[in-house]
Amino acid sequence: MTQALPKIPGTTPFDGEQARKGYCLNKMCYSFNSAANRAQFLEDEEAYMRKYGLDERQKAAIRSRCVLDLISAGGNAYYLAKFAGIFGLDMQDIGAQQTGLSKSQFQAKLRAAAN
Amino acid sequence: MARLIGGVATSHIPAIGGAIHKGLQQQPYWKPFFDGFPPVREWLGRTKPDVVVIFYNDHGLNFFLDKMPTFAVGAAEQYANADEGWGIPTLPPFKGELDLSWHIINTVTEQDFDLVTCQEMLVDHACTLPMKLLWPDGDCPSVVPVCINTVQFPLPSAKRVYALGRAVGDAIHTWESDKKVAVLASGGLSHQLDGERAGFINKEFDLQFLSSLLTNPEWATQFSIHDLVEKTGTQGVELLMWLAMRAALTTNTIAVRKVHSNYHIPISNTATGLLALEAMGVSPFTGAQPVN
Repeated sequence: MTQALPKIPGTTPFDGEQARKGYCLNKMCYSFNSAANRAQFLEDEEAYMRKYGLDERQKAAIRSRCVLDLISAGGNAYYLAKFAGIFGLDMQDIGAQQTGLSKSQFQAKLRAAAN
Repeated sequence: MARLIGGVATSHIPAIGGAIHKGLQQQPYWKPFFDGFPPVREWLGRTKPDVVVIFYNDHGLNFFLDKMPTFAVGAAEQYANADEGWGIPTLPPFKGELDLSWHIINTVTEQDFDLVTCQEMLVDHACTLPMKLLWPDGDCPSVVPVCINTVQFPLPSAKRVYALGRAVGDAIHTWESDKKVAVLASGGLSHQLDGERAGFINKEFDLQFLSSLLTNPEWATQFSIHDLVEKTGTQGVELLMWLAMRAALTTNTIAVRKVHSNYHIPISNTATGLLALEAMGVSPFTGAQPVN
């Protein structure tokens, strides 16, 4: 048996448990590699989520665009980035949202790591 | 036999593609990153590798969670890039090097690695951006992509990745060809995109890791994946690519010489790194003698 490893604060490794939980959500986000699929999602989000079989929690997280909720619902960073891309959000926007900072505060935090 | 001339490791942030496309290389935000590359391009222009083997991690272009290989080797005549969903420009296909692909597959499997082989393989920004950064005019070598899973845990251990790198190095040295080969690594360094710890960067560890690649290449193999996530962030584990590249240069070579390195914080959410190493034992340019 593998033993549970100590939790790293603010971090959810995308392990088997997450992968099982988030399969439909991640599959939907993976589909956003295609421009036609991105357009279809924007046209009718609810129908698109139904097509991929998202559960209620995942649907709510997609509606709210809340990245922490999406991760908690099994979303993987790499696939979620494709979802964020639909709205023209970059990684610093996503970082700011997850850390509760403004984008400029988040950027300052990054720059501070250089010292 | 083929000659392994050295290796280059670099970060691969998607935003780099946009910056190149928009010609932002000399803007204050981008300049410290892009200014690292001319000395490495100059070295590549002199040493002229015919083929590169690139260790990289796919980000959900070629592989989805339906089938997630730990190690996958490309064996295609060409590798196309495609839309990744972020609006970064799609680059033209790269030419493959089928003989070396299959030689690597055969040799590495003989050394007890269980690979996935891909006769069709899309390559994402992790492959295309290093090629664009190192050969901006597009006159790049042919390619053998080696994809290492950093998407879905469990990930291969640093120790295992190091062994893979060595096995790939052995394969390059035993390839019956007069071609010159370089190894590339695409990933890292410390960064975390997801969770409340997003924006995590660990300069101290990165610099220690960079230094270890010169003096003590096995140093990072002491760490578990959990250790590496803690020390470098959930995506910082991409430093596994650097380790594979460096391990390939421990075979059949006397030593490595640092051609150039660069380290800059931040681009996007990452600490970016660049390192070019020349394999002294097999270099026609330094006068060093081959080991055998």
